[in-house]
Amino acid sequence: MARVLVQDAPFDIAAETAALTAGRTDVGGVGSFLGVCRADDGLAALVLEHYPGMTERAIGRIVDQAQARWPLTGCTVIHRVGRILPGEGIVLVLTASAHRAAALEACAFLIDWLKTSAPFWKREEFAAGTHRWVAARAEDDAATARWTQDAAAAGRAKA
Amino acid sequence: MRVLYFAWVRQKVGVAEEDVSPPAEVRDVAALVGWLATRTPGHAAAFADPKQLRAAVNQDFATPDHPVAANDEVAFFPPVTGG
Repeated sequence: MARVLVQDAPFDIAAETAALTAGRTDVGGVGSFLGVCRADDGLAALVLEHYPGMTERAIGRIVDQAQARWPLTGCTVIHRVGRILPGEGIVLVLTASAHRAAALEACAFLIDWLKTSAPFWKREEFAAGTHRWVAARAEDDAATARWTQDAAAAGRAKA
Repeated sequence: MRVLYFAWVRQKVGVAEEDVSPPAEVRDVAALVGWLATRTPGHAAAFADPKQLRAAVNQDFATPDHPVAANDEVAFFPPVTGG
């Protein structure tokens, strides 16, 4: 049900979205997140490295959690690696469900977890020929922690 | 034991992966870091501040007290920055 890809090539959002609804009539909404390469501080390109094998495993695990938590009819995660130019897509998350709340929440959950739990590293290349590794952000950890707090709160509410 | 390095850890160590045979007293990730740091000046630079490093054992994130054994695949890398 889930489509997980790690690839060098650009992705086609329209085609990926159409694939989630093709041939079915139970989808009421598709949530989407498209991460795009920004050109901060004269950035010429982002170069993404990953840990082949562990990456697919880590994303698969996050997708399993999303599917256990929300009633999704389909889910697509595509993360690019290699050299990415400003304006190009880096990551695509699509979540389909009968209703919008599940689709939107699952989409936010997936991108928050991807940022902190999938083994990708970004290196910034600048026009001057210099480069630097992107540092992890505390805000990303906080965004991910929100989901475990939400789960704990939901658990308490049910008890 | 197969050891893999990613991002700036790989650049500092100078290789992407290597096969190593640590002594028997190296039983967990923290001890492996201490032993690897003695191998070359590049390793020493990469492992100078273990707080900046994250590890995986057999492709799952692992804490410093996670056990390591001869047939494991162990990876060291900075905190992840995908998405």
